[in-house]
Amino acid sequence: MKTCRTALIAAVAGAALVGGAGVASAKDLVMVSWGGAYSASQQNAYHDPYMKLNPGITIINDDSSNDAVAKLRAMNEVGNVTWDLVDVVAADAIRLCDEGLAMEIDHDKMLAPAPDGTPASEDFGDLIVSECFIPQIVYSTTFGYRTDLVKTKPTSVCDVFDLAKIPGKRSLEKRPINNVEWALICDGVDPKDVYDMLETDEGVDRALAKLSTIKDQVVWWTKGAQTPQLLADGEVVIGSTYNGRLFSLIEEEKQPVAMLWDWQVFDLDGWIIPKGTKNLEEVQKYLYFATDTQRLADQAKFISYGPARKSSAPLVGKHASLGIDMAPHMPTDPNNAKTTLLYNYEFWADYRDDIDEKFQAWLIQ
Amino acid sequence: MVAIAETGKQEPLRAASGELLKVSLRRSLRRQRLQAVGLVLPLFLFILFTFLLPIGDMLFRSVENQIVGETLPRTVAALKDWDPGAQELPPEEAFAAMVADLKVAREQRTASRVGQRLNYEYSGMSSLFRSSARKVRRIEDPPFREALIEMDEDWADPAIWKVIKQFSGNFTPGYFLAALDAQRTVDGEIAMAPSDQRIYLPLFWRTLALSAFITLMTFLLGFPIAHLLATVPTRISNLLIIMVLLPFWTSLLVRTTSWIALLQKEGVINDFLVGIGVLADDSRLTMIHNAAGTVIAMTHILLPFMVLPLYSVMKTISPSYVRAAQSLGAKPAYAFWKIYFPQTVPGIGAGAILVFILAIGYYITPELVGGTSGTFISNRIAYNISSSLNWGLAAALGTILLGLVLALYLLYDKIVGIDNMKLG
Repeated sequence: MKTCRTALIAAVAGAALVGGAGVASAKDLVMVSWGGAYSASQQNAYHDPYMKLNPGITIINDDSSNDAVAKLRAMNEVGNVTWDLVDVVAADAIRLCDEGLAMEIDHDKMLAPAPDGTPASEDFGDLIVSECFIPQIVYSTTFGYRTDLVKTKPTSVCDVFDLAKIPGKRSLEKRPINNVEWALICDGVDPKDVYDMLETDEGVDRALAKLSTIKDQVVWWTKGAQTPQLLADGEVVIGSTYNGRLFSLIEEEKQPVAMLWDWQVFDLDGWIIPKGTKNLEEVQKYLYFATDTQRLADQAKFISYGPARKSSAPLVGKHASLGIDMAPHMPTDPNNAKTTLLYNYEFWADYRDDIDEKFQAWLIQ
Repeated sequence: MVAIAETGKQEPLRAASGELLKVSLRRSLRRQRLQAVGLVLPLFLFILFTFLLPIGDMLFRSVENQIVGETLPRTVAALKDWDPGAQELPPEEAFAAMVADLKVAREQRTASRVGQRLNYEYSGMSSLFRSSARKVRRIEDPPFREALIEMDEDWADPAIWKVIKQFSGNFTPGYFLAALDAQRTVDGEIAMAPSDQRIYLPLFWRTLALSAFITLMTFLLGFPIAHLLATVPTRISNLLIIMVLLPFWTSLLVRTTSWIALLQKEGVINDFLVGIGVLADDSRLTMIHNAAGTVIAMTHILLPFMVLPLYSVMKTISPSYVRAAQSLGAKPAYAFWKIYFPQTVPGIGAGAILVFILAIGYYITPELVGGTSGTFISNRIAYNISSSLNWGLAAALGTILLGLVLALYLLYDKIVGIDNMKLG
């Protein structure tokens, strides 16, 4: 009922705009996202329904999320912000908020409450990691492996470091984040102490020493699409990437690949409103619609990322074209989330530059 | 024109109208000059705004450091007389100034930028400034030293203050030092990073070495093709030129990805070699995600830039020279080496410079096929621009790269002579 009313309000508002002002009759909203399957899921779940309800609005996709912080900084320096809404990972949202490049959000005022009336800030809960951030999905970085190319099935992330058990190439992301955590856990460090350890030079050296044991068997990736391709070609037998990419490889492209959820690293992705957008009013209307309980649950029909609202979880249904149940494919599903890490925003904001330099030096040795 | 006609009519008054002639001539010359300037102006403005100004901006960014002085003006002033050599904390005024600066920075949201800037020099600055700016509102009364240290005990570390003092100037060599794998220690000395922790020097060296090797490969492959193109009848050479140019019409990304499909372990070439029994299935060649992949893919992509200047120079070499040499008794190889080859040097020079300079700045191909041993300095520049957001370091790296290219260009001018270069 609530969603119906929201839709109605949006429709009326849209109609009023179309009728009211000639200037606003054709408004373009530039929305920045990641491209590929992810943008497609947003198009299906948010953009298309919204444009149907608001014939005056055209949503233009810009696949620049990868360099969103750099580009927003540049736009800000020049004083001409051409984006209206930007999809970024939480770490970038925190950076943008700190620098005053993103608008602060009053979540309860600007976003729809849950169907039972729970205010938005409670519905999103502690996923609101920054006052500028509107969480959208929970995703994870985890491993997929070729079921037909491994003799014994990997059961733990430490099997990635075990060349005897899983011989062959593996792919890892070309950055220290996630890799050094896994390396330390598999070197026997208590997961609780991982970040304390990484603050010291010895800790980083220990992680790199562990990674050195498999270094010549690693293919390093920089783009999310690389591991799925490498797995499909049989170039690697196991590799890390985002869980949604693995889902489409396994379920949509029917490749002989299976998930290894052990010690998956959760991260968040969501919207920020860039400071200086010229269409603030329109953007707010869109956001109210696109982040309500139903819309977030709808996105999960198209991609296997967990909706950020608690109230959306029970509404997650079947995949739009495959008709399979999506809940067991969510990273947050209890069966998948037995051992997890959460991306440590505070730690990496401080140590990213430093550890990355050591990591890069180690790479080219 | 009118003036000339007039002087023609009044020929006896040549001396009197001589000045008139001069003036009118000057006017018409000025008009011509203005026309010429007008024609060049659009290009000049275009180059100014899209090329010269951005390069100037880059040069400036690689040394500018105004953010510390602008965000923490009171602290910088208060630290002026503090001796960082003494192992003790700065006086109370510095703490009071820091509290005042942080309060302003909080309002203007500049605390995290300055923290990030200082974090490049000393880890932990980023969170110190971020969290302190958040909490600084609570501090109202002196003593500020105790209050600040109570808020975050890192403020009791003299190194923090040393770093702030050291990087409080409007200009800094810090980015250039970092780009050369050196660093100013907290005590002000310049120290090179230990050799196993160097990133940029090895990358610069690798970029130069691989680019030179790629240039050599394009020359070895391109020379015979260009010679063939220049000697066969026009009808066939036109067809061949289209085949040389064909890759130009295909997206760079497509060409790079097709090399992945060809070269990878389970790729076409390895499959073929295993299929005909040259290789065993478990000893497939590793031809991609390493330096070999970068060399192969880039040699292919840059080949036309070598072939075309070579071809246009060879086209102008008259075959009668070689014939004359042979008729005078030179063996074909000798005639080629003594007569033909020297005449192609301007083309080789042009092609080599084109390929080398393009290769040195290549980004997407090394990124996709280079793995860890085949990436270039440009990949690190891109990383610093878009991921770590250390634009100062990226600018310093870019400036060094620009300097290297210019130095090599001058070296080339000294050895071969730049007027000896021909594009056609």
